[in-house]
Amino acid sequence: MANMAQAIRMALHYGETHLGVKDIFGEDVGEPMGGVFTATQGLKTSWNTPLDERGIIGMAIGIGLAGERCVAEIQFCDYIFNTIDLLKVAGNTLWSSNGQYPLSIVVMTPVGAGIHGSLYHSHSLDGWATRLPGWKVVMPSTPLDAYGLMLSAIEDPNPVLFLKSKALMRVRGAELIPGEPSDEKKLKSMIDAPIGDRSQWKPQWPQLEKFMIPIGQGKVLCEGNQITVVTYGRHALLAHKVAEDLLKNNRLSIEVIDLRSLYPYDWALIKKSIQKTGRVLFLNEDTEVTNFGEHLAYRATQELFYELLARPRVLAGKQLPGIGLHPNLEEASVPSAKDIQKILLEIAEEVP
Amino acid sequence: MAQTQVEKKMSTKKSNQVLHKKNKTRPQEKSLPLPKELLRSIYSLMLKTRILEERLIKIYKAGEAFFWIGGPGEEAWGVPLGLLCHKGQGPEYDFFHLHYRATPTLVAMGMPMIDAVRLMMNRSTDPCTGGRNFSGHYCYPQWNITPITSPIGIQYSLSIGTARVQKRHNSKGITIVSGGDAGTAEGDFATCLIWASRPKQELPILITVQNNRWGISTSYSTQHGEIHIADRGKAFNIPTHVINGNDPIETYIKLKEIMTYIREKGRPVLVEAMVSRLYGHSSASGTNFIPEEDSLQLFEQKLLKQGVLKEMEITEWKEKFELEGRQAQEQVRQEPAPQESDVWNHIYANNENGDWRNF
Repeated sequence: MANMAQAIRMALHYGETHLGVKDIFGEDVGEPMGGVFTATQGLKTSWNTPLDERGIIGMAIGIGLAGERCVAEIQFCDYIFNTIDLLKVAGNTLWSSNGQYPLSIVVMTPVGAGIHGSLYHSHSLDGWATRLPGWKVVMPSTPLDAYGLMLSAIEDPNPVLFLKSKALMRVRGAELIPGEPSDEKKLKSMIDAPIGDRSQWKPQWPQLEKFMIPIGQGKVLCEGNQITVVTYGRHALLAHKVAEDLLKNNRLSIEVIDLRSLYPYDWALIKKSIQKTGRVLFLNEDTEVTNFGEHLAYRATQELFYELLARPRVLAGKQLPGIGLHPNLEEASVPSAKDIQKILLEIAEEVP
Repeated sequence: MAQTQVEKKMSTKKSNQVLHKKNKTRPQEKSLPLPKELLRSIYSLMLKTRILEERLIKIYKAGEAFFWIGGPGEEAWGVPLGLLCHKGQGPEYDFFHLHYRATPTLVAMGMPMIDAVRLMMNRSTDPCTGGRNFSGHYCYPQWNITPITSPIGIQYSLSIGTARVQKRHNSKGITIVSGGDAGTAEGDFATCLIWASRPKQELPILITVQNNRWGISTSYSTQHGEIHIADRGKAFNIPTHVINGNDPIETYIKLKEIMTYIREKGRPVLVEAMVSRLYGHSSASGTNFIPEEDSLQLFEQKLLKQGVLKEMEITEWKEKFELEGRQAQEQVRQEPAPQESDVWNHIYANNENGDWRNF
């Protein structure tokens, strides 16, 4: 099974060979490194940029204005903040031009904590990203979803932010990408660049197939009927694990929804689940004040108030200026399995 | 140097005229720096632009618009640029990343006056923004006029993208980016210089700065240590020019040479044009006439002296453009305003739902 970095790489290869992507660029994205997480190794259209995030986003917008497709990378989302006004421009270009200038561009960037990344390799972007009207925002939790969402992002006629949980980049999924060899060692030998001299290396790409996951479509990771958890990214996998444990140890039946797309988001799926369970937790690791989960909790309260059996909760990262490096600091900053379990037990015990 | 399309058109006209009036040709016409009809055309477009901008200011002062920003004083720079470009859609033609003082260029390219009035008065008929944005924020995809935005300097960062696409297509189209002197303090200006001059990956960009020596109320002399902004290009091995942007003849001749160079070499050039700012920054600074060197007046005097123009023609043209502007305002008053529901239009392509309440 491919890991997420390999899945993104294969999606980008499919994009440059079948979907008209002409440029894949960012800091250290081209040869010899192929991206700090190796997600752009061996691609024929990848290239290295100056260390200039504004230039990277400006280049992407310009390419989009010229009517061509590209995928740009900001090496870590911690470094995207000096481009916020350019992201706003990308989001308003179609609107401000009265529908005349669509921008079919993708910007991908690693997000979140979980790799001992200290202050500037641990930021989340989901809260900021969902405050950029005009952009679509996706955040996969499995390699297959990453593949399918990247293809959809590339084909979408709008700007799409593709958020990659950096803690999941080496995580393998349970499903094969269409065309991927079933032997992961074989895949590695085909598409992973060798250590050391790579000057003569060429990847052997598998015969990949088109596989699209529609933007805006969430999925149920595990069915349950007592509490709904709405989450995404690495916390989708964490919540799934906690739900399995609680079912086994506490006989609590929890439904976990992996949103996959943050904007537009799959309200129909969320609503249906809350109507079944009457109890809901919105979970993510971004800072807790004006958090995206708060918007979802607000909507759940407004639209489903009389169907709720407990207060909707948001469990998110603490309102801190950064993530500290020591594991004690990092684990205290973002929701852990223990935190998730604790709040789910509280929700279960709440009497209406 | 090859003749531009405009010049070919003009020289044909001129040769016809010369044919008919051969014996009446004045001796000084032979020494004119550009074809007579081209000079007349440049003047006419400069005059039309000035009258249009003054019409827009009148609309603002009459309380029929919220805000005015534009470029009176930049006609001698902007009109030649609009005449010299390769106008069309897509990478084969020139891309523009302009700022909000670009009315002269748009008028020279053929924008009807009424479009600028529609934008000024935020009607739903405004072809550029549908009533969403300020005056001067033009957008014409059919001419590669990418949306003009308010954040200062960002167009320099966007220009590298269209230029890269042109480079890939091996096109003769070039990218043209413009901004003011104060805006070069933004990092985007440095971005443009850096990305346009990467070794073996140089980009076909005409990087321009219109230096009017002001950033709203802040004087150039208090913020810039460099003698010329253009000097910054030298560090990147980018050819640089400082030109008198108040002289349309110098501007036309230099720009033609520079644009030909960029088309042929596929490399950037940085041009700093010294210009005037005749009505201040915008509504924010009062929109009253400020006596600086006026390129239109100077050019008019020169052409009258050389016999290229007659007083009577100037009067006729002024009346014609005044009438066009007045009629445009009267018509636009009657045109529909955007509707409340229009806020949801064009957030996403094909008007896909952007309102979360409807997810």
